[in-house]
Amino acid sequence: MTPLDAARPLAKADSAPRLPRHVRLHFDQIRGAWALLSPEKVLWPDEVSLSILKLCDGRRSIAEICGELAIQYEADVDEIQTDVLAFAQDWSDRMVLRL
Amino acid sequence: MSASGPPIGILAELTHRCPLQCSYCSNPLELLKANRELGTQEWLSIFQQAAELGVLQVHLSGGEPTLRPDLIEFVAALSARGIYTNLITAGVGVRDGLMDELAQAGLDHVQLSFQGALPETTETVGNHRGAHQKKLNTAHRVRDAGLPLTLNAPIHRKNIAEVERFIEMALELGAERLEIANIQYYGWALLNRQALMPERDDVMRVAALIETAQHELRGTLAIDFVAPDYYARFPKPCMGGWARDAFMIAPNGDAMPCHAAASIPHLAFENAAQTPLAQIWENSAAFNAYRGFDWMKEPCRSCERREIDFGGCRCQAMLLAGDASATDPACSKSPMHDRILELAIRDSSNGAAEVTYRRIGVFD
Ligand code: SF4
Ligand code: SF4
Repeated sequence: MTPLDAARPLAKADSAPRLPRHVRLHFDQIRGAWALLSPEKVLWPDEVSLSILKLCDGRRSIAEICGELAIQYEADVDEIQTDVLAFAQDWSDRMVLRL
Repeated sequence: MSASGPPIGILAELTHRCPLQCSYCSNPLELLKANRELGTQEWLSIFQQAAELGVLQVHLSGGEPTLRPDLIEFVAALSARGIYTNLITAGVGVRDGLMDELAQAGLDHVQLSFQGALPETTETVGNHRGAHQKKLNTAHRVRDAGLPLTLNAPIHRKNIAEVERFIEMALELGAERLEIANIQYYGWALLNRQALMPERDDVMRVAALIETAQHELRGTLAIDFVAPDYYARFPKPCMGGWARDAFMIAPNGDAMPCHAAASIPHLAFENAAQTPLAQIWENSAAFNAYRGFDWMKEPCRSCERREIDFGGCRCQAMLLAGDASATDPACSKSPMHDRILELAIRDSSNGAAEVTYRRIGVFD
């Protein structure tokens, strides 16, 4: 097989991440928690992951998402951006986020 | 031991009927005829109860679930309750327009099986002329309906050489996921094990190849790999633990912790059309039999991996060690392990080609 590494989507400040079609965020009334539903697994994102995921609507860029999070968490926007880029890259690699 | 929380997933086997006759099919040898299947209202009631119980995911499977004319109704009812619906289909005989209607009803995801990556293989393994092309057509209809797609490649000796081609096919068809799963030896697969067990070298080659592909294709195609546990060092965490967060319901409504559970002779199963689902989940003696860790013997009882693999598969322990509470012989810590490995090596190299095709009525 030819190396396809070139096709790997990379998280950048101007990427506008969204959930892929096979992944859905769902509030579970019974457990009182947000679940990320995907074909094989159900993930239970922690509070920080959840606040990022909720902003991944395919319109906001990562830079914009970080701006909002910086206000929400009263934190430094550059630090947040490093974390969010790493998060987006990891989740994209696992196909639970589209860049 | 009782349930520690509500169930997350249900595998609903809506029917045993299927246009294919795969020799590796995990359905039981005694297949249920159409007249034993639950009716529409019975399934709808089960699905409502499932939602109330906290189920988040329902896999609609079979046999071939698209043979049920009420499939759309089921998807609509589940999706109205926010439940994630996954259709597991062989993609043969799927009528025009069904995928669009399912998408409109709220279907979340389609898992489509290919018995081979080459048309001849698909046709021989499923014993169905033209099956490959029909499956390709279904794949395109899934995409046209805007539905996400997982290709399912059940692997054994007759198709293990086609793994690379399976990956290419998944990319060509624009699938999000590819599941390359070595078949599990229950039911028909166990019956045909001599003709299906792959050689160890091939398994190793494929495992390495998949690892490379997983890395190269990250972010493009998710590849899940299930290794064949006869050759493994540790067993699979069967069902993520017995009655821990998922279970299955057979076409006649029997609720079981896993689809091979009927191979454990001393277990009796409740029927979900007669007993409330919540009661089955909490109180079924079969569900409670191997929940948690109290039932375990050594070496599992004091093993540090027991929360990872839960001692492996109870049905495989029953089938291979003759004791459902024994350590799964697929585990290298099992005293039976060497015999299982020998058995796999012997089966894999015996040259048997003949299989008994899966058909309703062969074992009644
Ligand atoms: S494994 Fe083959 S025969 Fe069995 S249900 Fe699936 S498609 Fe049908
Ligand atoms: S001894 Fe039991 S718990 Fe430990 S790895 Fe083997 S099967 Fe798993």
